[in-house]
Amino acid sequence: MSAIITTPKPASTKTVAKDASMVKQKEMMASHYDRLTSAPQSGEKVASTFVPGNLNELIMCFGLVNNLPEVNAIQNGLRRTSGAYVLEAEKIGHSEDVCTYVKSDIGMMAKGNLAPNGKKFPNPDVLLLSYTGCFTFMKWFELLREQYKCETIMLHTPYMGDGKITPNMIEYMVKQLKEEVIPKLERISGVKFDIDRLREYLKKSVKAEEELVWVLQSAKHKPSPIDAYFGGIYYIGPIFGAFRGTDDAIEYYKFLREEVADRLAHGQGPVTPDGDMGGEKYRLVVEGPPNYTSFRQFWKMFYDEGAVVVASSYTKVGGVYDFGFRHDPDKPLETLAEYCLGVYTNRSLPMRIDMLANYVKDYDADGLLINSIKSCNSFSAGQLLIMREVEKRTGKPAAFVESDLVDPRYFSAANIKNRLESYFQMIEQKRAGARAAA
Amino acid sequence: MDASLKTSATAPIVARAQTLFEDLSFTAAREWKAAQPGRKVIGYMPLYVPREIIHAANMLPLGILGGGDQLEVIHGDAYYQSYICRIPRSTVELGVSGRLDFVDGMLFPSICDVIRNLSGMWKMMFPHVYVRYFDVPQNYRDEIGGNYYVNELAELRRDFAELRGQPITDEELRESITLYNENRKLVRELYTFRAERPWLAPAAEVYLVLRAGLVLPVDEHSAMLRAYLGAAKTEERPRRDNCRIVLTGAFCEQPPLNLIKSLELSGCYVVDDDLLLVTRWLTGDVSTEGDPLRSLATAFLHHSESTAAKYEPNEKEKGQHLVRAVVRSAAEGVIFAAPSFCDPALLERPMLQRVLNKAGIPFIAFKYAENSGQMQPIREQAGTFADSIKLWSGA
Repeated sequence: MSAIITTPKPASTKTVAKDASMVKQKEMMASHYDRLTSAPQSGEKVASTFVPGNLNELIMCFGLVNNLPEVNAIQNGLRRTSGAYVLEAEKIGHSEDVCTYVKSDIGMMAKGNLAPNGKKFPNPDVLLLSYTGCFTFMKWFELLREQYKCETIMLHTPYMGDGKITPNMIEYMVKQLKEEVIPKLERISGVKFDIDRLREYLKKSVKAEEELVWVLQSAKHKPSPIDAYFGGIYYIGPIFGAFRGTDDAIEYYKFLREEVADRLAHGQGPVTPDGDMGGEKYRLVVEGPPNYTSFRQFWKMFYDEGAVVVASSYTKVGGVYDFGFRHDPDKPLETLAEYCLGVYTNRSLPMRIDMLANYVKDYDADGLLINSIKSCNSFSAGQLLIMREVEKRTGKPAAFVESDLVDPRYFSAANIKNRLESYFQMIEQKRAGARAAA
Repeated sequence: MDASLKTSATAPIVARAQTLFEDLSFTAAREWKAAQPGRKVIGYMPLYVPREIIHAANMLPLGILGGGDQLEVIHGDAYYQSYICRIPRSTVELGVSGRLDFVDGMLFPSICDVIRNLSGMWKMMFPHVYVRYFDVPQNYRDEIGGNYYVNELAELRRDFAELRGQPITDEELRESITLYNENRKLVRELYTFRAERPWLAPAAEVYLVLRAGLVLPVDEHSAMLRAYLGAAKTEERPRRDNCRIVLTGAFCEQPPLNLIKSLELSGCYVVDDDLLLVTRWLTGDVSTEGDPLRSLATAFLHHSESTAAKYEPNEKEKGQHLVRAVVRSAAEGVIFAAPSFCDPALLERPMLQRVLNKAGIPFIAFKYAENSGQMQPIREQAGTFADSIKLWSGA
């Protein structure tokens, strides 16, 4: 089921192996960028919003096209244009200390605001500030508001500090949706809100969510048919982006599931950029986002050693579905609130520790690896405690590497490779110890 | 302490405040707790918590602002990567070194992701302590954000009532509101006085006197403020040819006291700032009529300071609080002083600078850490800024 395609990137002239689903995902993303950049011609209005707390079903109710600045920054990272954008933003006064997604976005605007398809991004008609799980979002859209001079709608998601969703939180969010978000979106789009239309989209979301969970949980098998971090990033693209609630997403995830089921049936491991991964030597849980400017190089450090990521927190950043949450069409606004409240970075640190420790156990992993991101405090603050606590609870070794999202200055390949190699040795020693004790 | 101050009327007050400031064992708060059985102490971090509710439960609100430049951080660094600000690591140091072992509860207000995550860390590290992430609404409509906030306050009230084993009555809350209204009034008076005659109320002294309010019971602090104001007004001090600046960005991790002193020594009178905002977050009196929680919520929504941790729904209003501060205090410039790696202050800064540019207000910017030791570059920068204002402003 895998296809071989040639990447257009100058970074490598080698052929890159991709699953058919990855090719399909890439086509979906490309079609979305085409739709987005054609908005001035098609007359569609554009809503910029964020991945965590992405209200795609609601946005679609108003016929708006979704634009996600983090995804644009990721694309710039993968295409290796983000470094120049970050420098540009720093040149115009943004601190070297802050989020590089923001600076990549600001720098991209300063340099012509070009989408991955080479066409200009349209100015958004509305900034839907779904403030979920990350403080920086608030400032990011205040900064963009200055540039675009368009309306900004705030949806504040309270933090799950006590590890629970309270009726007060839901009521607060539903009220914001009813009295702030929806009336403003109606006015901006000129489309009357139809709750039944929202219900229909939510029903579609559920189908895709079911398939995604099946795919991610397939990593419990040995060998795992997927890499739930590097490969997982492809898998989450449609549902975390502009496709949740669409037929396209249902079709994609059905296709993906069939592909993974096929790999599972044949006892195959994940497909890597260099083709099928060989034997699975190490099973890891990974916490934190990846580095995107050296994404393939970073991945290679894992699969060259036979390490496969069986579960990751990053693939839960746009929604945590593996503990049973599904969008509920019978409670359309409440379910959107619950979705926003439950995304990974909106969960308290003890909840994150529970999740990761359970992943290590449930996926029979050899340990936890943290990729700590310099410019993402939402993820990074507290990760050293997370590491120690997960180690303590699982008895499995943990390791820590550092890089950044889209700033190439903070990716030190030699350091990371060194640490990973030491980590794999540590796992081997642990195994030898366990064998000796048995 | 300056030898010249020892004979002045403000000296003993400032000396007392400085002793409290330097005491990282929080002896005053320990003594307050020990004075009566059953007393409890609730720590809180920047930016704002409704101290009235803590006080109404007969508990002492204790501001925890990191370890400053006197605390050697040994354990705290093991919890944080190098690219995270210093206040959480020195706060962890205070915790693990036992300096906060008398604190019965900790509130972590909604200010940034670092402090937010620290709330979860504290739960893990100190399981016997009451810990709450204190979320505040970013929606300022009474029937939306207001209702949410009232319910959050009610939960806090229930928790503290449980902690002390007795409900907190409306009457107790109103009495606390009255005391804090008085305290805020005195703080505003002090700020007004300093803006009028900054040579009589040096920034470092104002800071110390204000900071004492994070350790002392509110009535004791109000007495200190009254005494300082009274003494400062009668004092004769030389008026320097300094420029007048507003200091901004220092609302969480505190600058070293030497940094504040250095600004004035290099030619800048600080006539307004965003230090220790909890002491004046609410800009007017909180009503003592009706439901006290609703009154606190109304004040929070409609009469509170603007800062980077808060969403500004109205683009035209963005940064205007700073312009107003400049006008109100007759300042001639703004100094942006932000802690390294401080997301709120550093993300906000370019927006505020554009507003100042538009308003024709000069500014400079630098970063610090609470343990910054080298003041020479800051003195040079602030001195040059002061000179440029003196030489070229209004020319």
